[in-house]
Amino acid sequence: MKTPTQFPAALTEHPIPGETPGKSRSLWQEALQRLMRNRAALTGGIIIILLVLIALFADLIAPYTFEQQSLINANAVPTWVTRLFPSLKPYAVINEQYPIGADKLGRDLFSRIVYGTRISLAMAFIGPIISLIIGVVYGSISGFFGGRVDNIMMRVVDVLYAFPGLLFIILLMAFFRTTLAQPEEGTFAYYVGQLDAQFGGLLFIMIGIGLTGWETQARLTRGQILSVREKEYIEAARCIGASNLRIMFRHILPNILGPLIILETLSIPGYIYTEAFLSFIGLGVNPPTPSWGSMISDGSRALRAYPNQALFPALALAITMFAFNFLGDGLRDALEPRLRGTQK
Amino acid sequence: MTNYILRRLLYLLVVLFVVAGITFTLMHAVPGGPFDNEKNLPPEIQANKEKYYHLDDPLYVQFFSYLYEVTIPRITTTPPTLQTSDDYLITAKMGNYWFKWMNFGPSITSRNRSVNDIFREQLPVSFQLGIFALMIAIAIGMPLGIMSALNHNKWPDYVGMGVAIFGVSVPTIVLGPLLVWIFGVSLQWLPPSGWGAKPPFVLGLFPGTFDWEYFKYAILPAFVLGLGSSAVIARLTRASMLQVVREDYIRTARAKGLHERMVIMRHALKNALIPVITVLGPLFAALVTGTFVTELVFSIPGLGRYFVNSISNRDYTVIMGTVLLYAVFLVLSNLVVDIIYAVLDPRIRYS
Repeated sequence: MKTPTQFPAALTEHPIPGETPGKSRSLWQEALQRLMRNRAALTGGIIIILLVLIALFADLIAPYTFEQQSLINANAVPTWVTRLFPSLKPYAVINEQYPIGADKLGRDLFSRIVYGTRISLAMAFIGPIISLIIGVVYGSISGFFGGRVDNIMMRVVDVLYAFPGLLFIILLMAFFRTTLAQPEEGTFAYYVGQLDAQFGGLLFIMIGIGLTGWETQARLTRGQILSVREKEYIEAARCIGASNLRIMFRHILPNILGPLIILETLSIPGYIYTEAFLSFIGLGVNPPTPSWGSMISDGSRALRAYPNQALFPALALAITMFAFNFLGDGLRDALEPRLRGTQK
Repeated sequence: MTNYILRRLLYLLVVLFVVAGITFTLMHAVPGGPFDNEKNLPPEIQANKEKYYHLDDPLYVQFFSYLYEVTIPRITTTPPTLQTSDDYLITAKMGNYWFKWMNFGPSITSRNRSVNDIFREQLPVSFQLGIFALMIAIAIGMPLGIMSALNHNKWPDYVGMGVAIFGVSVPTIVLGPLLVWIFGVSLQWLPPSGWGAKPPFVLGLFPGTFDWEYFKYAILPAFVLGLGSSAVIARLTRASMLQVVREDYIRTARAKGLHERMVIMRHALKNALIPVITVLGPLFAALVTGTFVTELVFSIPGLGRYFVNSISNRDYTVIMGTVLLYAVFLVLSNLVVDIIYAVLDPRIRYS
């Protein structure tokens, strides 16, 4: 009964020798096999693993800490960067100690990019978890109970859809930043503010994404549940007296997992971008926490004089988003071969 | 159909009311006020200013009088004055009477401008940028999608979808500075920032002249903004095309000996583009409302910059006005798409 019956085409098209079709294992194994055959997705996956390693061992990789300043080396560049950007040559401070240069406060760009990986990856992993939890719970309730509950809950989602997403998140961030910035000691707001400071400002961004990013997930979950709900095996489970919760978690959720995973993986670049964008306009992480977005923003102001300060963090952001997009595309092709190229 | 449209319009009002409510609550929940930036403001003067802008009223009074000013048209004998608090978006003289509608209020922090002034001068810039971006998105996306579909699983398909992934993976804040550096700073072919048209605008939206002096400012930001959407269009065109070429009527067309180009252009493309056209509406709304990232990167004097600034200045009327405007854009374009969908595809009937 655990068998996801969603992919009959996949089962008949490439039967794996030695596997009895119909076991729940074989489906995911087969998807994995398909994923491994997809070179772009594999590359994306490897890059993501590398990024995770970089984030975990940032302390070992980065030659400096992300906040260590050295004003004497402000805007310093190593020689190879001056070769890459010849316009720098006449005036730049040459210092080989910095692998790709230093910013205007003399902080090592490379170290900051390395530490910035942590922020972006935190968004990549926590963003989907938050939106998945809220969206799936909301969509499940809506789809499972149907009728008037469904109607009201979906109207709420419709209204939220009409709210310009980025504007909403900017408003929210302004709200969090100022309300919880310097509250009196001992209040609830104070502790939340402290917690946020511990996270370097990331907590508020996560709450913001949690409040804005779940509508698509909720709609998808609801739609999937509506289509699964009428299946025979649900009826059978009901007949043998399974409770609502049991049907929900044992019978429905495992069967709708595929599309949800695809949607989440494909929306990861969006979460990464949201953080980078918020930091870019100054509503994201608190300085000196290194975020690629704020580094690009700082660097853009000095684009004429020191292009390396904006272009290297931009490169890091682009590579990361590429990796997640490749992986997401590959996952979609692997889990739902029929849908290749039809979504998004 | 008329019934359906009416119902949707009613629903639009409900949505706007909720959006206005959420925005109003949020922005007043943020501590501070519009006069925080002024130094050494005596409390009496501050109180006076708050009285002038009706900020001392209870919040619900402020909210409903705002809605009243915006939504209820009025007919009076007095002509509109030049005061910023008396600036209506739509005014018309009818005999001895003046018809006045949609007063979004004065901007609180910029003294000589009303929110309607900002709409008149900044919205057209964002609108033009959005239109150009949409044109670029279509010009890149559709051919790319068609090419990919016609060469399914061959190298043009992989190239096309590679470009599409590039489009969604390289965000504005990456591509913007990069292109500014290449074309604006290093090669100096195009200006790195600014916009080529100034108010007044023709018909309230379009620039007076279309020449190189105007376009050279628009090329980079429109490309940066449009590229991401072109990826969406390319993927959708490809998917829809792949589906259509498997249909029976394509086989019929081929069977009766039509030239392959004829089959593709006349029979396949026409049907494949229906779903693509339907995403153009939301896409356009997303482009117009999403311009403000691009506007920040390229220092374009559009609506987006005003929005971001208005939040940090607590310029309440500007915040409300821009959010409502964006929401109207979103909801209306979705409605237009649904109607176009029904017109293009006679099988769809709304009841």
